[in-house]
Amino acid sequence: MSSFLSQQVPLSWYLLLSAALFSLGVVGFLFKRNLITVFMSIELMLNGVNLSFVTFAHQWHAVKGQIFVFFVMMVAAAEAAVGLAIIIAVFRARATLAVDRIDLMKL
Amino acid sequence: MHVILFAVFAGFCLAGAINLLLQSHPINSALSLIVVMTSLAVLYLMLGAEFLAIAQVIVYAGAIMVLFTFVVMLLNAGREDRTLGSRAALRIGFPAVVAFLAVIATMILHAQGLGQASLNEAITTTEELSAVLFTKLLLPFEVTSVLILIAILGAVALASRSEGQEERTGGK
Repeated sequence: MSSFLSQQVPLSWYLLLSAALFSLGVVGFLFKRNLITVFMSIELMLNGVNLSFVTFAHQWHAVKGQIFVFFVMMVAAAEAAVGLAIIIAVFRARATLAVDRIDLMKL
Repeated sequence: MHVILFAVFAGFCLAGAINLLLQSHPINSALSLIVVMTSLAVLYLMLGAEFLAIAQVIVYAGAIMVLFTFVVMLLNAGREDRTLGSRAALRIGFPAVVAFLAVIATMILHAQGLGQASLNEAITTTEELSAVLFTKLLLPFEVTSVLILIAILGAVALASRSEGQEERTGGK
């Protein structure tokens, strides 16, 4: 009990949280049926990976990990803008957001 | 104190992520994703990344999620019909995710030399970060700004109606 109430948190807890967030993102990507929610799951996966980058930057006292997260954020912003524009274009063409019904390229 | 803060905000993170999966309306999923991102910002601050915590709030919880909620409202996305997806996702995907999580968790728990995080450690200031970013990594930084510019142009080109399309819809 005293170790639980101590001042320090093991970094492995942060890594476990990041792995759990990533896995929940993958589950959402596989099982959600709405195009926008699938896209949100991808953002969740990116966030999970970012957390492990920050954790390792703390572990090695290095700035590089944080700079990597900065670049991931910038690319995620660009990706969100283009992805949402694609979603709008798809909605105009097919009038639906259900991924089951966007099957033009299916054999 | 650190343990309590970690427990609270990690709990918010996991609850938000699970709520994202359980909600059937996209706007509820978007709002729970905002909860996840804001509590991740607090976790970054606890790990000593002050600039990233602020950038997480401004860029992710601010800009990106506002874009998401705008698109959800613009497209008037209703409830999603609940199907369990393809059988491949259910039979291969879900066990694969569980196996992946199990492997990663055992690797993390058996890893040697992982340190501890406490509240009274030195934080990485914005000054240190920018010193590296604007000297060693100036070229990648500028390339990122070009990438953002191209993304803006691409988003506008994709989302705006082309003239021919407008004529077609106008003729109907």
